[in-house]
Amino acid sequence: MTFFSKQVDAIDTPTQPVVLTQPTLLPLGDNALVCTFAPPATLATQARVWSVARLARAWPHVTEVVPGMNNLTLVFDPLLADADGLSALLTSAWLSADENDASGNIVEIPVHYGGADGPDLELVARHTGLTPEQVIARHTAADYVVFFLGFQPGFAYLGGLDPSLATPRRAEPRLAVPIGSVGIGGEQTGIYPAESPGGWQLLGRTPLKLFDPARTAPSLLAPGDRVRFTVAGVKT
Amino acid sequence: MIHVIRAGTLTSVQDLGRSGLRHLGICQSGALDTLAMGVANRLVGNPSDAAGIEITIGPTVLRFTRNARIAITGADFAATLDEVPVHAWWSLPVLAGQQLTLRAPRHGMRAYVAVAGGIDVIPMQGSRSTDLQAGFGGLGGRALRDGDRLPVSGALQSRDLALGPDTAGFGVKSPALCEFGHIPVAPGAALAGANDTVIRVLPGPEYASFSPAAQAALWASPWRITPNSNRMGYRLAGPSLERPDTQDLLSHAVLPGTIQVPPNGQPIVLMGDAQTAGGYPKIGAVISADLWRLAQARLNASLRFVPVELKHARQALVEIGQYLQQVDLALQMRRERLGNRR
Repeated sequence: MTFFSKQVDAIDTPTQPVVLTQPTLLPLGDNALVCTFAPPATLATQARVWSVARLARAWPHVTEVVPGMNNLTLVFDPLLADADGLSALLTSAWLSADENDASGNIVEIPVHYGGADGPDLELVARHTGLTPEQVIARHTAADYVVFFLGFQPGFAYLGGLDPSLATPRRAEPRLAVPIGSVGIGGEQTGIYPAESPGGWQLLGRTPLKLFDPARTAPSLLAPGDRVRFTVAGVKT
Repeated sequence: MIHVIRAGTLTSVQDLGRSGLRHLGICQSGALDTLAMGVANRLVGNPSDAAGIEITIGPTVLRFTRNARIAITGADFAATLDEVPVHAWWSLPVLAGQQLTLRAPRHGMRAYVAVAGGIDVIPMQGSRSTDLQAGFGGLGGRALRDGDRLPVSGALQSRDLALGPDTAGFGVKSPALCEFGHIPVAPGAALAGANDTVIRVLPGPEYASFSPAAQAALWASPWRITPNSNRMGYRLAGPSLERPDTQDLLSHAVLPGTIQVPPNGQPIVLMGDAQTAGGYPKIGAVISADLWRLAQARLNASLRFVPVELKHARQALVEIGQYLQQVDLALQMRRERLGNRR
């Protein structure tokens, strides 16, 4: 059973008892508060993150509300707000948050795997003890959910990677990862919407445009969307 | 119109950057030395969100096609207007056809040129700043090139006589010369070298997970800014910062000023163009009030990190606010001297 379908089952069973633990709250510099929720990262927890994020946007002197994977960071005006006051608001919002399921679009993303488009496919295969073909089969078999956007405009963090494909980030990030690259970083997979430095292991590349500031909706993907990777080509 | 005769190493249109969009992955961009950008706008009577030009290293040559009021702040680039030297942190009138040359910084890294009315490029996602990584905003989403022409807004031009195109030049004291640049050093802390840039830092969320040796080295070691540094972040070189717990963190927000440590142990300080999310542990964060100082640190220069408490970080911001009030007061006195009480 994949990570993703297991969590959907959990959400579909409202009678299941829910035990909420207090989030861990730590300051980041003089103007931010990082709120980390107890592991494991689940779709239910992430739905709560979205819910708290919506509330936090209305809090005074909060300038940014940035969901992460199983965490939420608030940026505030350091002369008008403080981490203690926001911590109290966050804790109470977390306990009363809704686990509302976002039923987004299904987006198919064609990928050219391996070769120059996916220079780390062999490395991921070696690390996971699979063949490159098995890596591709498992990467395209799963349904993924867009947990949040970040890192670059239009960059979606996807939940649902087959745990057997997990591979640590590179010890030294690349200075230039090509636009459209599809990679694995730890237990996550994603697509680079623009050329940039990056530490993920690269499996392949898609020709789709993930971000376009001139489009009405500049990002191809939105939180709650479902993503499926398809094979556009393979080079090993 | 400003004609870019020579763009130089990295010159771009910037304002104070984008805010409130990090959840879409859209970074701040904007002037890295926001203090210098803010003063430049004040010195030409612009609103604080007007766009100007950020010049990194140079050499840069700009020609003005109309009479205008301009200001130059930030690093001292030994600027000249038609071969006549111009001070840094200076507001001055320029005539149509005159040429401003910024050769190279004597100290520091970046200069800012503001023009009355502001650079009139189309705002994108709420700002005129150039997002160099994503390639939008500013002029065509890119750094300026030789031959570019920058539109200047006529609608916003100040009618303030003290800052008019016919009024003589004047300057303000740069923040580097002000008392608030004083850095309190904790007893027992390693003494910074004469050429080190001292940066005040608050321990980050993962500080405690680093080895005691790494925690000590963060404060005790000089950190060289390597040439692989840019507007996204400064890659630093120094002793390897070991973290016994090597498990990857789940991705989380990162901000300008965040000091993150990849597995190679060499820290990266994130700057204004930094991505909105990262996965590396955050050993510290530069205080907001010292980000402008960091923006002026040069490649291959040494940084020294000094631990401070939250109250010091807030006090440092108050001091910056007081400095800006002094600039506003100086401008007000100038208006009154010129009989212009608008």
